[in-house]
Amino acid sequence: MSTPSAPATSATEEVAHAAVDLSTSIGSFHLPAPTMTASGCAAAGAELAPYLDLSALGAVVTKSVLREPRSGRATPRMAETPSGMLNSIGLQGPGIDAFLEHDLPVLAQAGARVVVSIAGGDPEEFGELAGRLAALGPDSPVGAIEVNISCPNVANRGLVFACDPGASRAVLEAVSGAVASAASASGHPALPVLAKLSPDVTDLVAVARACTDGGATGLTAINTTLGMVIDPVTLRPQLAGVTGGTSGPAIRPIAVRCIWQLTAAKRAGVLPDVPVVGAGGVASGADALQLIAVGACAVQVGTATFADPSAPARVARELEAELARRGVARLADVIGIAHEPGRGPR
Amino acid sequence: MSSPVSWPAGVQEAAEVVSARPVGAYTHLVLRAPEAARRAQPGQFVACGTGDSGMLLRRSLSLHAADPEAGTLEVVVAAAGPGTRLLAAKRPGDVVSTTAPLGRPFPLPAPGTPAVVIGGGYGAAPLPWLARVLTTGGSRVVGIVGAASADRLLGTSAVDDATALDGIADAVVVTTDDGSLGAPGRVTDALPEVLLELSELGEPAVYACGPMPMLRSVHTTTREVLGERAQTWLAVEESMACGVGVCMTCVLPVVDLDDDDTPTRMLRACTAGPVFDGDALRWDAIGAAPHLRGGALVPDDAVGAPVVGRAGGH
Repeated sequence: MSTPSAPATSATEEVAHAAVDLSTSIGSFHLPAPTMTASGCAAAGAELAPYLDLSALGAVVTKSVLREPRSGRATPRMAETPSGMLNSIGLQGPGIDAFLEHDLPVLAQAGARVVVSIAGGDPEEFGELAGRLAALGPDSPVGAIEVNISCPNVANRGLVFACDPGASRAVLEAVSGAVASAASASGHPALPVLAKLSPDVTDLVAVARACTDGGATGLTAINTTLGMVIDPVTLRPQLAGVTGGTSGPAIRPIAVRCIWQLTAAKRAGVLPDVPVVGAGGVASGADALQLIAVGACAVQVGTATFADPSAPARVARELEAELARRGVARLADVIGIAHEPGRGPR
Repeated sequence: MSSPVSWPAGVQEAAEVVSARPVGAYTHLVLRAPEAARRAQPGQFVACGTGDSGMLLRRSLSLHAADPEAGTLEVVVAAAGPGTRLLAAKRPGDVVSTTAPLGRPFPLPAPGTPAVVIGGGYGAAPLPWLARVLTTGGSRVVGIVGAASADRLLGTSAVDDATALDGIADAVVVTTDDGSLGAPGRVTDALPEVLLELSELGEPAVYACGPMPMLRSVHTTTREVLGERAQTWLAVEESMACGVGVCMTCVLPVVDLDDDDTPTRMLRACTAGPVFDGDALRWDAIGAAPHLRGGALVPDDAVGAPVVGRAGGH
């Protein structure tokens, strides 16, 4: 990595007019832009097409796909909190058959690159879903799989996989095994596999290490953090699902901390050098830059999309302006820069 | 941009507040949103940001009117919580971030079909616009507006001329729970007589906007009075985080009446609604758990309903 020098004012202005190279990659998955939607915040993806150009995003990350259709939870499913919100949707979705038949072709037609989020109740379900996606081959828009391990493990009283290194590893082994089988059968490179980490753990690096040991080739940090709101009238839980996932700017400092810890572990050799995709409370280019500075190679924009359906595209434009203003020519030059005292733009 | 979705897509605009004035307990806002104003139809809504309040989510408000020539949208805001209080406090020159027009508009009946339009509280906001469209189509239109008390009424000239049904609908009935204006009682107390009168002209179409218990009562009363005759079109007020179909928070259990197997699915009020056929809503599951304050349960026979022993996940 080159070290950006502290630019003079005139140079900054000059660079501000030059395009910043925002391209990035997650293993073999090349992204022309560093922002994505976040799983569960863009539905199937097509919903955002009226508000932004899906093909210009780094990727569309789908709502988690399961084997069977799922109705999700009762309502209320949402509670607003200061600078954040809780959701308790219950993984509502059409199931993998309908996803492949109806949703994915729409994304292909729109020219989107797609990260398919998958979820399941046991490692076998995850493996089956990954196998079906990997079998689509390189002509499909699917560029990576994101493994939503923040869903309950049926075999272990509903404890979420992401809170247990052994269970996380078992899921990633099933997924990476299915992906590797499809790759060796077809001769095409294996799809990158991102494990989406929960911040609700005591030792994040231990879970991340379990995921990479299980075959994850990248990490997404972070999922929502578990929260609860009491209805002021009924004095009972406001969400029908009782607890919900907290998201939005309120949890951004948690995301920044988690990405910092993962990147520090990689730099210390405790964790393999896998790409980390950042997620958590990003609503602006400046927010995205925080996650990138601590080590994220790409950023997902989630809850901000609810208020501004063009947010994933807007954040990329704002990030470009943030980098240009600092005289940074390439996004790659600032990834993880917060770990390097003395390096970086003024 | 072309839309690969099957519902009306909105447009995002930074809308300047043209005027703001109190109407009874509410605030009537006129917003300059020229793109949305060109496309909006009665029954659709606008998702409004609350600015730099720390409240992230938009407030979805049904459209009172749209003027394509002036490039304006009109809404009536009820200050029910911190977000709507901020919107109700907007003054001319303020800017509101808007996404509109959203949702599916009221379906219109065959020309000349008699119609009743019913509103509870600020739910009456879209009725004058709808009534205008219906009378233009040759319908005889009777309006019924009601509220708990006179100060919560909307849609009658007894409160405000500019937002009233008077002069647009052929007749207007006013009810209040406490009898402070109009006939004492609920809108549905006045409904049977109106339905019987209109049904002499043909099978009426029933349109209603307001809180869910009122919509349920409108549907039940219509079925009691006219049997299977008369279609009810109900505009729901589900709370929604986004309004554009991505958050999945505003779902309701809805039967597919066009499918012989009549499966029930949890459908988004923002993209499948906000106007639903009253016969398609699963009233047995809506409001069935009082502690959930207006929430809806997932019927056991819904597509993909939870299976005992299979846990959820966010």
